[in-house]
Amino acid sequence: MQVKTKVKKPELLAPAGNLEKLKFAVLYGADAVYIGGKKFGLRSKAGNFTEEDMKEGVAFAHERGSKVYVAANIMAHNEDFEGMAEYFQNLQQIGVDAVIIADPAVVEVCKEAAPGLPIHLSTQSSTTNWQSVQFWGEQGIPRVVLAREVSLAEIREIKKHVNVELEAFIHGAMCISYSGRCVLSNHMTHRDANRGGCAQSCRWKYDLFEEVDDEAMPLFAEGDDPFTMSSKDLCMLEHIPELIEAGVDSLKIEGRMKSIHYVATVVNAYRRVIDAYCEDPENFVFKPEWKEEIMKAANRPLTTGFYFHAPTEEDQIFGTPPKMAAFDFAGLVLDYDPQTGIALIEQRNNFKVGQEVEFISPDRERFTQRVEALWDEEGQEITEAPHPLQKVRMKVDRPVAPYDMMRKEK
Amino acid sequence: MNKQLPELVVSAGSEEEAEQLLAHGADAVTVGEEAFALRAPGNVQREALQAIVRTAHASDKKVYVLVNALMHHDTLPKMEQYIQDVAEIGADAIVFGDPAVFMTARRVAPGLALHWSAETTSTNYRTVNFWARKGVGRALLARELSMGEVLEIKQNSLIPIQVQVHGMTCIFHSKRELVSNYQRAHNREVKREAEMFLTEHTRKGQNYPVFEDVHGTHIMSCDDICMLPHLGPLLAANVDSFYIEGFGKPLSYNCKVVELYRQVIRQLSDQPDKPIDESLLAEIEAIQPAGRPLSTGFYFKEQIY
Repeated sequence: MQVKTKVKKPELLAPAGNLEKLKFAVLYGADAVYIGGKKFGLRSKAGNFTEEDMKEGVAFAHERGSKVYVAANIMAHNEDFEGMAEYFQNLQQIGVDAVIIADPAVVEVCKEAAPGLPIHLSTQSSTTNWQSVQFWGEQGIPRVVLAREVSLAEIREIKKHVNVELEAFIHGAMCISYSGRCVLSNHMTHRDANRGGCAQSCRWKYDLFEEVDDEAMPLFAEGDDPFTMSSKDLCMLEHIPELIEAGVDSLKIEGRMKSIHYVATVVNAYRRVIDAYCEDPENFVFKPEWKEEIMKAANRPLTTGFYFHAPTEEDQIFGTPPKMAAFDFAGLVLDYDPQTGIALIEQRNNFKVGQEVEFISPDRERFTQRVEALWDEEGQEITEAPHPLQKVRMKVDRPVAPYDMMRKEK
Repeated sequence: MNKQLPELVVSAGSEEEAEQLLAHGADAVTVGEEAFALRAPGNVQREALQAIVRTAHASDKKVYVLVNALMHHDTLPKMEQYIQDVAEIGADAIVFGDPAVFMTARRVAPGLALHWSAETTSTNYRTVNFWARKGVGRALLARELSMGEVLEIKQNSLIPIQVQVHGMTCIFHSKRELVSNYQRAHNREVKREAEMFLTEHTRKGQNYPVFEDVHGTHIMSCDDICMLPHLGPLLAANVDSFYIEGFGKPLSYNCKVVELYRQVIRQLSDQPDKPIDESLLAEIEAIQPAGRPLSTGFYFKEQIY
């Protein structure tokens, strides 16, 4: 009798900068999404959710068995507590599944105002060891989002000691500093990094000097790249088995500022890997096309961060990064007629007859084809679709469904 | 009425430094061991710590030990032993930021006073009180706060608070070896002992000291806070402790600074309405290193988000 190894499937947690992104994240396989409200969050430029959007998003997610977490992860100043209790009460009424908080005082406000609303401790608190996790567990916090400086070995160690859920970043842009411990923007632009104003000053260009007898000696030569502190983007796609075996409860993708195309592509790649591994861990084989998908949405070269070793210069970007193959989200499938094989597509980027395009979907295999012919909504044949959101019809080589996405190479 | 003067605390990097700074008027020194402390001016190991504590206590002064690093698993076992040793030596408090240190200290040295310092994230009085209710004895505030915010925190805090009034501040901390990585990326000699600084391409003339140690890479402010002319409101509000950052400065500078702050504190206490003589600020300007202007930090700055 063949006994299949039981593997605990972790939660796949995706970023949702706005309502539309939330829908794509959920449809493309996220078990949970995290969003920001209009207040108390760290991505002040991410669009963020009004109360109405939140209600709709929560309904959409819950209908499909997904959860919604709201980030309220600022390091608060005295003035920021106004309206906070009501905000959390409101979130609880809306039915969000948890809030992500960094500041212990904000934790307390939430516990008092909305008892029963689960609190997850943000990565901004830089939780780097098991005793710290234990401390937060004792404060009634069921889940801690670990600092990105924690290795896989350390995660295994944490799991041995404490019974708190662990959430870890597995994909996306990385702060190069200990999260929360950087005020470069505050000093250089007066924008408070810990309340949403981060200007990514770490990625700017600097020159490195040595002070020798009151003289500034450059520690760089003509032609060197300037000193900069830009991390490659994290990508743990090829290490899902290790993450699952280490016991990580939630795998988090960064990117509330990222596009729909990015979110859908990345979420779906991880969805497929996680499902394939959990289905049959013994015979799991990593498929190259999963990585290819990631590369189609990547805008920076990739690293495994701190998971396996201390990051070196190989894990940073100096000078002009290599050109990444770039794909654009060209069209959203709105409808499909199986009788005629014709899809109704909403333009998201210019595309034309003769162009090669790719269709991706949450469950089916991606396929490539040439755009043979296009018709506008009136049935007139056209040669290109130049207008945002214009609806066109085209024949597709294989069946598609609403929310499938069509992409083209940039 | 005999009003309690604020405590003047300064960081020290050795036995000699501690002795001198206390002699010049500091009420307390902070010291640390490299493995557990962030940006201590020198590595003060246990024997030296013992001597410093003896010296300080002999004149009714205090010693606070920095255990404020972010702890990773490799440091946890050593940290427990360290806290026990520090308690045994009789230091007056340890300064922590990582909850692991709080947990450990409570377990192995329950009588040892704890000062909370989470660097850039100690930003409001409710968080201060969160820690106060856990038995913490003092909160060290972030430097990115306005005067109004500091005063409001003091008004609402359950425990004494400490603010930085002089010196450079840390504006960035990464676990990565960013200087070494850069040097290796360009096949250059890896220099760690050098005194280095960064300038940003569009901000020439602003020199940001940068250095690497076992805790990673630290970038410091391009200017030095100098609140000497503005201590009045802090004193009037009974802010408990004024901290002078000794890091990055020679002992002679720090001794002079301590002297001047001591002088001003005394003057303000005796004659709160008498303006501070400009010549005192001029004395600091005279010894200020080239390339490092004096500023008032974020006390009078507006931040946006």
